[in-house]
Amino acid sequence: MALHATQSFLEKLYRTMVKIRLCEESFVEPILNGEIRCPVHLYTGQEAIATGVCAALRKTDYIFGTHRSHGHYLAKGGGIKELVAEIYCKETGCSKGRGGSMHIIDPPNGMFGSAPIVGGTISLALGAALASKIRRDGRITVAFFGDGAAGEGVLYESLNFASLKKLPIIFACENNFYSTHMPISECRPDQNIFKIAKPFCIQSYRVHGNDVLKVYEAARKSVGLCRKGQGPVFLEFVTYRLRGHVGPDDNIQGTHADIRPKEEIERWQRKDPIKRFRQFLVKDRILSEKDLRRIDQHVEREVRDAHAFARMSPLPRKRELTKYVFK
Amino acid sequence: MSSNNRMLSYSLAINEALHQAMAFDKSVFLIGQGVKSPWYVGNTCKGLLEKFGPERVIDTPVSENAITGAAVGAALAGMRPVVVHPRMDFMMYAMDPIINEASNWHYMFGGKLSVPVVIWGIINRGGEQAAQHSQAIHALFAHIPGLKVVIPSTPYDAKGLLVASIEDDNPVIFIDDRWLYNLEGEVPEKLYSVPIGKGIIRKEGTDVTLLAISYMVVESMKAADHLEKEGIDVEVVDLRSIKPLDEGLLYESVKKTGKLVVADGGWKTCGIASEISALVSQNIFEYLKAPIIRVTLPDTPAPASSILEENYYPTFKNIINSVKSIVKN
Repeated sequence: MALHATQSFLEKLYRTMVKIRLCEESFVEPILNGEIRCPVHLYTGQEAIATGVCAALRKTDYIFGTHRSHGHYLAKGGGIKELVAEIYCKETGCSKGRGGSMHIIDPPNGMFGSAPIVGGTISLALGAALASKIRRDGRITVAFFGDGAAGEGVLYESLNFASLKKLPIIFACENNFYSTHMPISECRPDQNIFKIAKPFCIQSYRVHGNDVLKVYEAARKSVGLCRKGQGPVFLEFVTYRLRGHVGPDDNIQGTHADIRPKEEIERWQRKDPIKRFRQFLVKDRILSEKDLRRIDQHVEREVRDAHAFARMSPLPRKRELTKYVFK
Repeated sequence: MSSNNRMLSYSLAINEALHQAMAFDKSVFLIGQGVKSPWYVGNTCKGLLEKFGPERVIDTPVSENAITGAAVGAALAGMRPVVVHPRMDFMMYAMDPIINEASNWHYMFGGKLSVPVVIWGIINRGGEQAAQHSQAIHALFAHIPGLKVVIPSTPYDAKGLLVASIEDDNPVIFIDDRWLYNLEGEVPEKLYSVPIGKGIIRKEGTDVTLLAISYMVVESMKAADHLEKEGIDVEVVDLRSIKPLDEGLLYESVKKTGKLVVADGGWKTCGIASEISALVSQNIFEYLKAPIIRVTLPDTPAPASSILEENYYPTFKNIINSVKSIVKN
């Protein structure tokens, strides 16, 4: 593997993936017992993508997310307490309880917001990249979106304009094969989403989205191209969500709309990005089982503390209902 | 340098606002379909490309959704874009970035980022252009929390409100009307702004309040002149902004006259005239001496045939009849 990686870098990748996983899984119980009520789209299973892509970015680079963006936020450096508090809709949340799980943001770390209108943030990312081009500030922007967004016209308009103006933007498509309940075979005649960028003269690649090192390598090369003015780049990351579309179990455990074959889920569980990376780290003697357990325990504490912080945090004040409509 | 009494057309007042705002602030840029083509934007963008270059004066393919979204995204990233829609009808493709994204961003992220974008829509109608080249849909945007909507009627206000819209930290829908483009008026040469949300009395009067916006101010002034000769003293109020709306000025005038006619170039149902009627009824009902009359487009798409167009667009004559229906002299 041609990787410019040090032990501490690999450890950081592992830590970020575990942080996302444990944070996501920590929501299951409070969702099921009704403590968390806003719609929560868990990123479990897709951690390698946010982690690998954001590891190739600078703090000042921009990212835009979707309804399933806790992972993007954490990987870009967002605080876990503010994230968890937002999902409890508390005043201390990153969006002061006005956004909930689908609207998380952290401008100082370049996370410029997430939204559930499928494809809705792609053009915003396009604009951030345009701003960088006009200012020549050297930043790049990543638009994260799912396979479902490949059905939205705005993606094609954005690809065309980005290529026309050679904008420093990476279109990062996380193909988890399901657009809510609908399998990709029912959405598209050709399932190789990366090919959609080719008619727009955009370099595009299909990447193993459950292998964090492959994700990182693809992102690093794409970032390099964009910084040299040779963008945009389109990356399709092949992955799978191990939880339901929304909440822990929607369309996975049969309680709502179970349309995913059990064997398919089990096959992807064997390709779990964190398990994979653990095996690699141990096998190549980069980190020991003991080191990994230490990291896990540290993250577990962080997650526990974040929930405690969120539960103790105040709710938004009723009288501030109309605050923030205008600046 | 300001010189007194300098006359400028409405469209060149817009042009001057863009020139001065772009020269004053490097974060301002213009993007949209046809910015280098007078066929699209008249002379409002004259000389901008030559002066500021293609990086800040960006003519685009026909992609309203992505281009408007890009303007919103650039605003999030600290720029002050002006995105132009040479016909409002085509803005329908850009409803997501305007209504879902720009309007909500500041609120739904608890004030973390604002969207200082100007979305400039041009009403371009008449001339048998029919239903999809004629729409005046300002009321639709006024319905949305988080958007400001300005709709100037004079060259002075066109410049001042465009500058104010660019300076504003929130998304502003700036709507002008090609029927106003040749209107001449006094416009100071200096960079100035007109406050968003403040109306103005165009003509003082005591018998009836005639509240108008955009091009209907022109027709209203004509109507007021005619009515003056017949002994009816009309007060013409130009709202200038429909969101926020200058309720104070509206109430002050209606309290004085006790009668209200609202002239709007949009449709009747759920339009701005309806909103104004509701506000007056709810807040100063006791001052009303007559029913409120709305002069608007009928709830009908714009026709092509000029004979139908003549019946479609309200003029000073419709306004005169409406005023007379509630003012006996």
